[in-house]
Amino acid sequence: MARAVVTMPAQAKRGEVLEIKTLAQHAMETGFRRTQTGELIPRDIIRRFICTYNGVEVYRADLHPAIAANPLIAFTTVATESGTLSFQWVGDNGYAVNEIAPIRVE
Amino acid sequence: MTTRREFLVLAGAASFAAATEARAQLDPNLAAKRKAAFEEALRRIVGDAQVRRGRVKLQLPPLIDNGNSVPLSVSVESPMTGADHVKAIHVLTEKNPLPDVVSVALGPRAGRASLATRVRLADTQTVTAIAQMSDGSLWSDSAEVVVTLSACLEEGLI
Amino acid sequence: MSPRSWLPAAAACLLFVKVLAAAEIPLGERRSGYEFMSRETRAIQDDDATHPGMLWVLDGEGLWKRKAGTADRACADCHGDARASMKGVAARYPAFDTARGRPVSLEQRINGCRVERQKAAPFAYESKDLLALTAYVARQSRGLPIKVTIDERTRPFLEAGREAFHRRQGQLNLSCAQCHDDNWGKHLAGSVIPQAHPTGYPLYRLEWQGLGSLERRLRNCLTGMRAQAPDFGSAEFVDLEFFLMWRARDMKIETPGVRP
Repeated sequence: MARAVVTMPAQAKRGEVLEIKTLAQHAMETGFRRTQTGELIPRDIIRRFICTYNGVEVYRADLHPAIAANPLIAFTTVATESGTLSFQWVGDNGYAVNEIAPIRVE
Repeated sequence: MTTRREFLVLAGAASFAAATEARAQLDPNLAAKRKAAFEEALRRIVGDAQVRRGRVKLQLPPLIDNGNSVPLSVSVESPMTGADHVKAIHVLTEKNPLPDVVSVALGPRAGRASLATRVRLADTQTVTAIAQMSDGSLWSDSAEVVVTLSACLEEGLI
Repeated sequence: MSPRSWLPAAAACLLFVKVLAAAEIPLGERRSGYEFMSRETRAIQDDDATHPGMLWVLDGEGLWKRKAGTADRACADCHGDARASMKGVAARYPAFDTARGRPVSLEQRINGCRVERQKAAPFAYESKDLLALTAYVARQSRGLPIKVTIDERTRPFLEAGREAFHRRQGQLNLSCAQCHDDNWGKHLAGSVIPQAHPTGYPLYRLEWQGLGSLERRLRNCLTGMRAQAPDFGSAEFVDLEFFLMWRARDMKIETPGVRP
């Protein structure tokens, strides 16, 4: 099942700035909504997004309930060397999703 | 097939739940409480340091289609070198139930200091973005957004 | 007869005729709901990389290839590559189903295959799987003009749908036509009234924060009008969908759309 999707170039020149767009499928339940009978629906959100480049963290975002459902996180990173970009989403109730994307840098 | 009775019960329950939230919204101190929470969040991030306007560009549509999902983008002018870069970007609101929206940790590897995402906005309000630089300086930008309620909502709140 | 005596009668006739003619939106003036959205929301629909609906489309692609039922068959086993075999399909649904003797929706056609060919249980209406598969199939018609078939078999259902569209209903005693034919472009509680063309279904509605079907959207409208909504998959709903797709003939499919 498509839990997360990453869109980025597969190759780049050294020093080029890579544009990365990520989407994660998640309701991002705020913890402020109520059921039809008035009970509070508990918070259940993605808490943290981390991008590592050949093991080195290059971008990290801490998310709060104000981030919309099915969160988009778009950012940039410099194409330094060939290898693998790893994307991690961690959240409430044991939510953990990983995606990887290769990058060829010349 | 929902019977008329079931429909009325659902509608009643929905309006009760909506009334509960509406009552919360009618709290005469609500605006003040949320503004105070925003100020406290701001203080937590910047401490006593001075925050200057500039270098940060926060973009939001002035009139949005739906407060559930508002496209937001932040970019900060910076060479993003080892000596001079953006360390963190924070986005805050003053009228949401919680002031924090997102905090980004980054560095020279990012190439550009930027974030694009989509946020939830509870009401017409001002959104603020703060950038923390490697030299300790703080810069900010804010944007005002008008949020209106949808015309055709679903029957329940789930 | 002097002009003065027949003038009021003529004027009254003209008014009467004008009221009737004002109903349908001229074909050249039809606009998709896409055009009523902000630039930023349109940008979400235009870029697959930022379009949350694509998460469902990708799920649908997985379901297309997955074997199911006691027949242990995947959609792909009969239909091959959906990009080729499903191209144009969503643009002509609802379509007449000979066995059922009436038009069926795309969701019903998918479930029909599931039950009859895959020998599996049908997907529940509005379930994640049915939405994903429908979105994936309909995505293959993106950019193609809507063209449902009107002939002696389907005409009665078109007329039933047309009648439903023009019928006043609910506690607010409103018809679809009154808002979407006569008052499109004007505002209702801060939102612009669109023309109500189902060009992008299933679509990602910001209000739902998820993907949903045309029938779900119609139910929202009906609840808003304080009217009783028909059941998912009911004849009444499919007739109305059939009429709406005919009303949107030649407009391009946008699935998966994004709407407020």
